[in-house]
Amino acid sequence: MKEYKTISRVAGPLVFVKKTEPVAYSDMVKVLMPNGEEKNAQVLDTSEETVVVQVFEGTAGIDLNSRIKFLNQPIKLPVSEELLGRILSGSGKPIDSGPELVADKMMDITGAAINPYSRGNPEDFIQTGVSTIDAMNTLVRGQKLPIFSASGLPHNEIALQIARQAKVVGKESNFAIVFAAMGITNEEAQRFIQDFEQTGALERSSVFLNLASDPAVERLLTPQLALTAAEYLAFEKDMHVLVILTDMTNYCESLREIGSAREEIPGRRGYPGYMYTTLANIYERAGMIKGKKGSITQLPILTMIGDDITHPIPDLTGYITEGQIVLDRELHRRNIYPPIDVLPSLSRLMNLGIGDKKTREDHKQVSDQLYAFYAEGKDLRGLVAIVGEESLSERDRKLLKFASEFENKFVKQSKSEDRNISKTLDIGWKLLSDISESELGRISPELRKKYYGRR
Amino acid sequence: MKTGKVYRVAGPVAVAELDARMFDIVLVGEEKLLGEVIQINGNKCTIQIYEDTTGLKPGATVSNTGEPLSIELGPGLLTSIYDGIQRPLPDLKAQLGDFIKRGATAPGLNHEKKWEFKATAKKGDDVSGGKIIGTVMEGQINHKIMIPPNKKGKITEISSGSFTVDEIVCKLDSGDKIKLMQKWPVRTPRPTSKKLPPNIPLITGQRIFDSLFPLAKGGVAAIPGGFGTGKTVTQQSLAKWCDAEIIVYVGCGERGNEMTEVLTEFPKLTDPRTGKPLLNRTILIANTSNMPVAAREASVYCGMTLAEYYRDMGYNVAVMADSTSRWAEAMREISSRLEELPGEEGYPAYLSTRLADFYERAGRYSNLNKTDGSISVIGAVSPAGGDMSEPVTQGTLRVVKCFWRLDSKLAQRRHFPAINWLDSYSLYLDILEKWFSANVAEDWRPIVDKIMSILQEEEKLLEIVQLVGSDALPEKEQVTLEIARLAREMFLQQNAFHAVDTFSEPKKTYSFMKTILKYGDLAYKALGEGSKVSDIVSIKSKEKLADVKFEKEYEKLLNSIVKEMESEFRKMKSDKK
Repeated sequence: MKEYKTISRVAGPLVFVKKTEPVAYSDMVKVLMPNGEEKNAQVLDTSEETVVVQVFEGTAGIDLNSRIKFLNQPIKLPVSEELLGRILSGSGKPIDSGPELVADKMMDITGAAINPYSRGNPEDFIQTGVSTIDAMNTLVRGQKLPIFSASGLPHNEIALQIARQAKVVGKESNFAIVFAAMGITNEEAQRFIQDFEQTGALERSSVFLNLASDPAVERLLTPQLALTAAEYLAFEKDMHVLVILTDMTNYCESLREIGSAREEIPGRRGYPGYMYTTLANIYERAGMIKGKKGSITQLPILTMIGDDITHPIPDLTGYITEGQIVLDRELHRRNIYPPIDVLPSLSRLMNLGIGDKKTREDHKQVSDQLYAFYAEGKDLRGLVAIVGEESLSERDRKLLKFASEFENKFVKQSKSEDRNISKTLDIGWKLLSDISESELGRISPELRKKYYGRR
Repeated sequence: MKTGKVYRVAGPVAVAELDARMFDIVLVGEEKLLGEVIQINGNKCTIQIYEDTTGLKPGATVSNTGEPLSIELGPGLLTSIYDGIQRPLPDLKAQLGDFIKRGATAPGLNHEKKWEFKATAKKGDDVSGGKIIGTVMEGQINHKIMIPPNKKGKITEISSGSFTVDEIVCKLDSGDKIKLMQKWPVRTPRPTSKKLPPNIPLITGQRIFDSLFPLAKGGVAAIPGGFGTGKTVTQQSLAKWCDAEIIVYVGCGERGNEMTEVLTEFPKLTDPRTGKPLLNRTILIANTSNMPVAAREASVYCGMTLAEYYRDMGYNVAVMADSTSRWAEAMREISSRLEELPGEEGYPAYLSTRLADFYERAGRYSNLNKTDGSISVIGAVSPAGGDMSEPVTQGTLRVVKCFWRLDSKLAQRRHFPAINWLDSYSLYLDILEKWFSANVAEDWRPIVDKIMSILQEEEKLLEIVQLVGSDALPEKEQVTLEIARLAREMFLQQNAFHAVDTFSEPKKTYSFMKTILKYGDLAYKALGEGSKVSDIVSIKSKEKLADVKFEKEYEKLLNSIVKEMESEFRKMKSDKK
């Protein structure tokens, strides 16, 4: 394999190489520095005159005397079941003092799109033990459901609680967790790892760590590696894999960095115009495949910059993922955990996973009714601030009370409380029972008869 | 075939030294990746590639087919599911497995299957483009075999029988040989004779659309809405229940799991009009968000061309494009790779022209063969950040006549379909009035207008209530609020997942409105006669309206509700005395 010493320019994370043999787009590259150090890179643009490569470990120390080696193959990850229980760097190297990875096979990390015709229908209800998710924004196997958080909110605790408690009731499951950290702090990463250790989940987990102190461009690799591992475990080893990706905002910032280093024309807020496609290539690597036992469920976490849900990152994410769990600062301030605001939250696959034989016959209608009353009750808070509670009608006063009861009894639960779906729905009925039966327009008369006011 | 070589590769775009015309289809590299010429610069041309370009090198061979991107048109299109460039997904699965890798070719039609062709033209007939020369039964649809638009002559030979799409069924004295299949370039509209006024409604079975914001056959509608407001559910409801004979559903850059839902659900559904499976009238195009971006750009044209082919046979076709924003983003992505000067928000300056060109292909037409057909287009728009002032929404609004705005506030309180009744509009309301009064009820339009004005008045009143509370309103206005509530909760809300409520025929929609207004009349009258507001708004029978949507035998129920209402009001009056 030839080495080239024709670097013409280094800018940000990019290295420009002149006059080479034909180099394939997206291939893997090594940069060999005079001091013997090696860096990994990837081809971003290739022509007969110049090849542009992005260096994952940052370009510090690279000079015109550094040599470039084109490996003539795309980036691959050695996969085997031994990935479980391992902690790897953001570029897939072991950092847990264990042995080198053993390869059952080498998998291309770009990952091809699942043929929509091959996809299995996601319909297995995952019970997370969190009422706001189970009852109101149900998670199902094969779904990608992000947590829209903001700085200072307990998204990590929620993700961990879900990882600990998630199960498909009544089904034996061969589960695994793939955890990909992108630019989070060491402290946060340790929390995840410790929690995995304590619960014994680490043996069933594969951890990819790119910390805040690691090179930013390496982050672009981390989710691809993690999802390649997940695809192997799910579709070749029949496991139900939960992938936690945190924090997607850092990933997107790195994307922007590369874009501006390439002097591309920026899209909204400076993010590249192809960010939608890039994010889709990550999020769409979730799902089930007909005839295969395993599944990939994704739980990406992103922090909304300035708590703004219309910022390009949450916005594009919401258009790709099947819903979102939105955390709310106001609830958090009032000491309600988990501070999930159900109103803007949504699970698009909810209807596939609930109902008779899956959860309970009344699930959908109870959830709709809770939504409707809570939305109305919350609206009334604004009115009360102006006209005072006395001038409200009897019905409105009840709804106002309902909204706060809902937050304190239904939303609020402890970090270790694992509520089953039946209990969750019963709490819902209890709250509804404070309102007169005829007002429950979203619930059919038969179900009202069966559940209303039942002790 | 002219050949050249690749000079540069960056993402989905390659530059090659090649002699080519604009929009020629080329095959790139050893794997023969499909690409399209989109820019010519001296001896170099820029190619957008419909497949992943990983591993492609400068120096690789490029061969030019010399033809624009074309698709196959003929029997066997219905029930198919294609990617953005008409490759059947089941065939790709058979060739490549569960993941879509590169370099697969698969023709759009089945070339082995035999079809029963029944000739309707005979030897000696003079025929020209569009002329129907025979038929093939494609499921329950009578598939008409037409002379391709650019051919004409006298028939020298024609025979009925069993043919594959490649076999010749008819010969012309011009030397042209007619097969069951023809090819057509997707970026060129198929010719027609003239455009007709869109004066027949496309009945959707969705109460809010059919009554307040109707769409005409041959009309265009846009559904913009932020994520989670129910664009896809609305599109799917329309695809299921609208009274077009053919549906082309284009999933353009959307979610894989949603396409799976369509794929699993459609075969199970039956058409309420024919009793046959809904899938039999449907063609699906699924180019999910992670499939190549250039194929996403092509997918909407591919869908439109399929629709035009069936329109030419004299059918009413509806095209659902979900979502046109993803198509626009594909244009933006390619444009930025071409390093074109961007217009607003990085979109290319030609965005609005492309949007207009696309929507203009819709319409009700008199075809070359004198049949009438139509294409209605319903395009979902996903405005970035829910902001309606962004370029794709604005570019779309300039050409569409029906605007169904989805509202995230309504979606949050689970009011579905979350169509905002104050901001939405339909410019077809007047032209369709005649049809509704002739076919549903004489007083259709006045009833619709009354419901609309009550909803508008409610908005104004609610502003006042926000300030002073509802008790401070005059009595008459309190009654108006109650009527508006009935219209919103009972009438406008429709459950797409309920077996009965998912489809509401125009007659039901009408009777429903009428009953709500009946309550209004009785209530105002009672108020005039001195009854108390609290009594009027709390009568029991009106709450039963909530059950009407779930009731198949709605007329009986509505009648009994009206009777009960009347007796309750009578009682109120006599109690007072």
